[in-house]
Amino acid sequence: MAKQPAAVIGIGQTHHRAKREDVSMAGLCREAMDRALEDAGLTLDEIDAIVVGKAPDLFEGVMMPELFLAEALGAAGKPLLRVHTAGSVGGSTAIVASSLVQAGVHKKVLTVAYEKQSESNAMWALSVPIPFNMPVHAGAGGYFAPHVRSYIRRSGAPNHIGAIVAAKDRNNALKNPYAHLHNEGTTVESVMASQMLWDPIRYDETCPSSDGACALVIASEDVAASSPNPAWIHGTVMRSEATSGAERDQVNPQASRDAAAALWKQAGITHPIDEIDMAEIYVPFSWFEPMWLESLGFAEPGEGWKLTESGATALDGRMPVNCSGGVLSSNPIGASGMLRFGEAALQVRGLAGEHQVDGARRALGHAYGGGSQFFAMWVVGSEKPAS
Amino acid sequence: MRDVAVVGFAQRQMEEFDGSPTCVEMLVPLFAECYEQTGWTRKDVGFWCSGSSDYLAGRSFSFVQAVDAIGVTPPVNESHVEMDLAWAMYEAWIKIQTGEVDTALVYAFGKSSAGVLRRTLAMQLEPYTMTPLWPDTVSLAGLQARAGIDAGVWDETAMAEVVHRSLGDAERNEYAVRKGASSVEELLARPMYADPLRKHDCAPVTDGAAAIVLAAGDRARDVRDKPAWISGLAHNVDPMSMGTRDLTRSPSAAAAAAGADVDGVEVAELHAPFSHQELVLRRELGLADDVAINPSGGPLSGNPMFSAGGIRIGEAARKIWSGEAAKTLGHATSGPALQQNLVCTMEGRA
Repeated sequence: MAKQPAAVIGIGQTHHRAKREDVSMAGLCREAMDRALEDAGLTLDEIDAIVVGKAPDLFEGVMMPELFLAEALGAAGKPLLRVHTAGSVGGSTAIVASSLVQAGVHKKVLTVAYEKQSESNAMWALSVPIPFNMPVHAGAGGYFAPHVRSYIRRSGAPNHIGAIVAAKDRNNALKNPYAHLHNEGTTVESVMASQMLWDPIRYDETCPSSDGACALVIASEDVAASSPNPAWIHGTVMRSEATSGAERDQVNPQASRDAAAALWKQAGITHPIDEIDMAEIYVPFSWFEPMWLESLGFAEPGEGWKLTESGATALDGRMPVNCSGGVLSSNPIGASGMLRFGEAALQVRGLAGEHQVDGARRALGHAYGGGSQFFAMWVVGSEKPAS
Repeated sequence: MRDVAVVGFAQRQMEEFDGSPTCVEMLVPLFAECYEQTGWTRKDVGFWCSGSSDYLAGRSFSFVQAVDAIGVTPPVNESHVEMDLAWAMYEAWIKIQTGEVDTALVYAFGKSSAGVLRRTLAMQLEPYTMTPLWPDTVSLAGLQARAGIDAGVWDETAMAEVVHRSLGDAERNEYAVRKGASSVEELLARPMYADPLRKHDCAPVTDGAAAIVLAAGDRARDVRDKPAWISGLAHNVDPMSMGTRDLTRSPSAAAAAAGADVDGVEVAELHAPFSHQELVLRRELGLADDVAINPSGGPLSGNPMFSAGGIRIGEAARKIWSGEAAKTLGHATSGPALQQNLVCTMEGRA
């Protein structure tokens, strides 16, 4: 049996904040879920299965929290899956939920991804000493800074490219009422003047630590027929590569390039920059925008920073990237990937409000995790896929 | 639906693994066994999915290093669930059903002995009101066993009979951590551990890992004369709250069985980490009296966390491969007191 068409018919997210002390984990998830269900015009009772995604359990201090959350999330009496694939998890979770529909097993699947980082301390959770393993104790910024330096050296990019990305995303976030950071007056100069944290990554070029959730309702073709504006899933892909291996290129990983190639092929896309109207790309540190633009095939190797510098990735540019403000403006880790997938779907449904790209018909959602080794991506479109 | 079969299975179970807290180094020989059984190389595997727990490993991202066991290049189509192997297999089965891939290798691993397992699992409970009391797994199972005895649904003799049969059958299982036939009388004479549970009523703390290979249609027929064709695969979850559930029942187990068509099952491998839970499951799954239960010895003889449920499916598949049974069932559970359940039925048709 061939793959069944599937579409996103409901999208919900929380207001992302450093500490959502007004809600429990269940309340946080329900805030996003209830918005997604209202958008889809469905009730929780009508949902066939629930797929939960989040990053490491140590981030909240509960082992497999979906078990205690099962009832509050409306999963009792239904199939419940829990996905965890590092930083890419929000994307992978959306893909697993899609596959339940594409396999013809379910017709209405609700997926929710969340992180309530204020329950614990991510730096601690990522730095637990492990016997017989080299301690990193660097956090994510310390881990990725050498990759960024390597990118700058290889491409010859000027030093302010990262600041252009940060200023753009922080200003885009001003148009997104759900974004965690609403830092008025961010400019390239103000970013360049912020403190250097992990050379060459400055404070204003890093993502925040957020509490937040995102939920999607993914439906089969017959269910989606009653939606006025479904976002059809044109392609999904997951690729992973190992941690160790001298042959790895962590600046432009093979898993990323392979994933992009497979995704474009599935979606029937030959020239991504011409055929994709906007992209929500996982950019936790500003420089990853030009790095991923190259890896994804929007620019030739070494040329990604020129797209950024030209203004092409701005909301009104040729190839708008992270119109929602991106990970740089909201980062509930487990949900950050699903937010990228959901924002891409919002755009092709024409529902992105002030940060809507005019006439967006096909969009990319992208997430990555681990040491640039886990990738999840999808392409969604306003039209039903041809095949 | 596409015809998908279990065509490969490898396992390790031991009391204490002398190695890393994640057990990932155990995976390399397991993959080698899967390749030997199937005649494949890693390039024949269309999708990989693993199951493990960060809390068991005492670290974040315990599954990340496991990907190294697959090999470095080329990158793989891969996912992970913070669940037992059986649910990793479910995700892979779904992936094959989408038509994207024809084959999958799923695996899971966990070192239960790295901490105090029954205390670690208390971290699984409702964090605001339950976990702070640190009710451990064995005590919670004891409450469940007591509820059944008080309600007259089972008694200590019935529980001892489950143990007697399991540990006797385990003598033929090279991976069994606990084995040795005794008698119901002798078992009942042993001291209480968490009244009404005796130590033998509780699965032994076990380290281990396991892998299962799935293949669709002709890919499965190429591997084996009698692939274990999956005829039903379903799972379901109950609320966790121990205070609002009837602990003598497991509605999610019944729902999973209803979705997996258990009629005609000859052999059932049930993931019941406590003796009385087998009694709950036999009732909820509607298994007839002549169904052979846990001929491998079951989880009372070895229960490696996060692979033991999948091992039940692997053991049930082996009965199809060997022609000993025409229809078998593998069951997996997760959460306290049979909260979450999965049922996989397999048939030996050509």
